[in-house]
Amino acid sequence: MTESRNSLWSLAVATLVKDIRLEWRSKDALNAMLFFSLLVVVIFSFSFDPNAEESRQIAGGLIWVAFLFSSIVALNQTWARELRNQVLDAYRVSPAPANSLFLAKAIGNFLFVLILEAVMTPLFIVFYNLRALGPAWQLIPVGILGTWALVVNGTFFAALSLRTRSREIMLPLLLFPISIPAIQGMVEATRIILSADGSARFWIVLLLTYDVVFTTACLGLFGTILQAE
Amino acid sequence: MKRAFTIFSLVTAILLVYGLYQALVAAPTERTMGDVQRIFYYHVPSAWTAFCLFFTNLIASIVYLATKKIKADALAVASAEVGVVFCTIVLVTGPIWARPVWGIWWTWDVRLTTTLVLWLIYVAYLVLRRFSDTAQTPILAAVLSIFGALDVPLVYFSIWFFRTQHPQPVMGKGGSLDPRMLHAFLINLLAFTCFGIMVCWARYRLEMLHREVEEAHAMESLGTSSSNEASLPLSRSSR
Repeated sequence: MTESRNSLWSLAVATLVKDIRLEWRSKDALNAMLFFSLLVVVIFSFSFDPNAEESRQIAGGLIWVAFLFSSIVALNQTWARELRNQVLDAYRVSPAPANSLFLAKAIGNFLFVLILEAVMTPLFIVFYNLRALGPAWQLIPVGILGTWALVVNGTFFAALSLRTRSREIMLPLLLFPISIPAIQGMVEATRIILSADGSARFWIVLLLTYDVVFTTACLGLFGTILQAE
Repeated sequence: MKRAFTIFSLVTAILLVYGLYQALVAAPTERTMGDVQRIFYYHVPSAWTAFCLFFTNLIASIVYLATKKIKADALAVASAEVGVVFCTIVLVTGPIWARPVWGIWWTWDVRLTTTLVLWLIYVAYLVLRRFSDTAQTPILAAVLSIFGALDVPLVYFSIWFFRTQHPQPVMGKGGSLDPRMLHAFLINLLAFTCFGIMVCWARYRLEMLHREVEEAHAMESLGTSSSNEASLPLSRSSR
């Protein structure tokens, strides 16, 4: 038992380190994501041009929609890299547990999207003159839970749509409907915290539930997806 | 099998005609809403049928993942497609009723939103099936169906919490229901359930036939079944 758990984590860490190294050398996904979300922010601010109070009301929606759209860029690249040189096939026939691969990919995407958020959030604050009226520290759990909610299902559906035609379009088509409650949770929690309009506790609990439910589902079904023949 | 289907279709047709008469003629006109209330005899049975079909899809998907039986997958395809059609009827008839009664076409009420999200998930399911024609498609689709089923309760709770903080149009019918209305409603509920089962059954048989044809074509191209060539249809259905 301990043996298998060790191998699960050590394999996950090995794959994760490999992915981070690859990303560090090319910076393809990160650069594309950053520039894409910058464009979304600029286009949104031209389209709405809000005052300070309106900003607080709509910023939660804008910021999360921007992150959602740009995380698609990273998610689409997750598995494409492994298709070249039949890496995924090699993984499939190896005795390594499927979940270690999934965890590595999900954590990798999680880190990339967190970096994106860390860079873009200050820009958002500047562009929209944001100042939180509620407890701002609560934005941290909302950000972490919300990002994991997007990324865990995103990584899973990216793997699911690997074998479909035009898979880059398939991913958002599958991911967005399933993510609706998570997005609502993030947006509402952010809006409540920014405008000090009641307590965000329900939404944080909702996000936590969403994360627990779908992480379990992903880990339970990823083997089926990977081995599907 | 074929005879059972014919008899079942006949019964369904009679029930639908009787239900139409009950809904449009026999049931009394509602006092405040007027004739537009009669859409209720189609709207609610369609919703019920759609939810039953989506539930069938979930069960068939789980059975398929457990047993890998083609029949379960064919049932999953059939129920998802027919379910989307009924769900579309619900989403179209709802606003037609809501506009004169509530004064608005749409509101982000918990039932409306959950139905819409369910519809979106199953459209995504059908798109996935259409975009992927490899042998793994049934497994991928079954997995998506399970994800959808996990998602719906979360949608329900989030909207429920979101909207209970705001005033919303009253859904419930004040006062008691006229027995003739109840009668018309129950007849239509039965008729639509039978109709849903009938269409789903036909689609299921079509799907099984389609797979037989594909299999026969595959065998033919392998050169193993030259004997029953004449029984094959000349053209494949265009997909």
